[in-house]
Amino acid sequence: MSVTILFLGPLRDLAGETERQVEAPLDWNGLLKAVGPEVAEQLDQERVNLACKGKVLADKRSLYAEDGDEVALLPPVSGG
Amino acid sequence: MPKTVTKWRCCPRSAVARLSISTPLDVRLLDKGLSVGEALAAFNAAHEQAGGVVSFLGKVRPDGGVKALELTHYEPLTQPGMESLAQDALARFELDGALVWHRVGVMTPGEAIVLVAAASRHRRNAFEAADFLMDHLKSAAWFWKREKRADGWHWIEPRDADHADLARWK
Repeated sequence: MSVTILFLGPLRDLAGETERQVEAPLDWNGLLKAVGPEVAEQLDQERVNLACKGKVLADKRSLYAEDGDEVALLPPVSGG
Repeated sequence: MPKTVTKWRCCPRSAVARLSISTPLDVRLLDKGLSVGEALAAFNAAHEQAGGVVSFLGKVRPDGGVKALELTHYEPLTQPGMESLAQDALARFELDGALVWHRVGVMTPGEAIVLVAAASRHRRNAFEAADFLMDHLKSAAWFWKREKRADGWHWIEPRDADHADLARWK
């Protein structure tokens, strides 16, 4: 079964798709591998946040997503 | 059988179907245009005890040959984030109520993006609450924007000014 990875904002363009299904469970290292080097490089920056099951993770490196969970990659929000 | 003719009676109370506003907070994400006049009339009616109502309407600027603006969001975070922001404003400025409406989707120059309104006993609190809500919606709410110009779509990056705007309220 699977975890859904959502690419939001400009990360969508970088990933070339809006979402991707990967095998569960998924941890931080698994996520970095699953998204490809370009997105992984962004994800590693402090300004990019991670949400799992609709909640922003205080420590994104502690990610542990299980079957049916949604993991959203959140780049910095746009200003005015 | 005589033909039945439906006659419409003109009645000021029903001439405009009033929007239903939830109190004290009405927070919405909208994927279609918003009617500013109706929203403010309904908000005003919902807060008849308030001494003042301050509102702000943000619109798409036609600067730099912008043809369209697209706002995307992430529902599980964006809506709860806006609700918690409205809750903060309610408590911090002792408001009678607040309205926080934000568009998502594709908009063209001149269209409304955001409408906030604050009702309070005295004007100062309502002015400050509208300012507070806008600074946070612009810099801390989960929205991503891109603009369509002659050469295609461009994502809008965060600006330093947004962080300065937020720092005012720390």
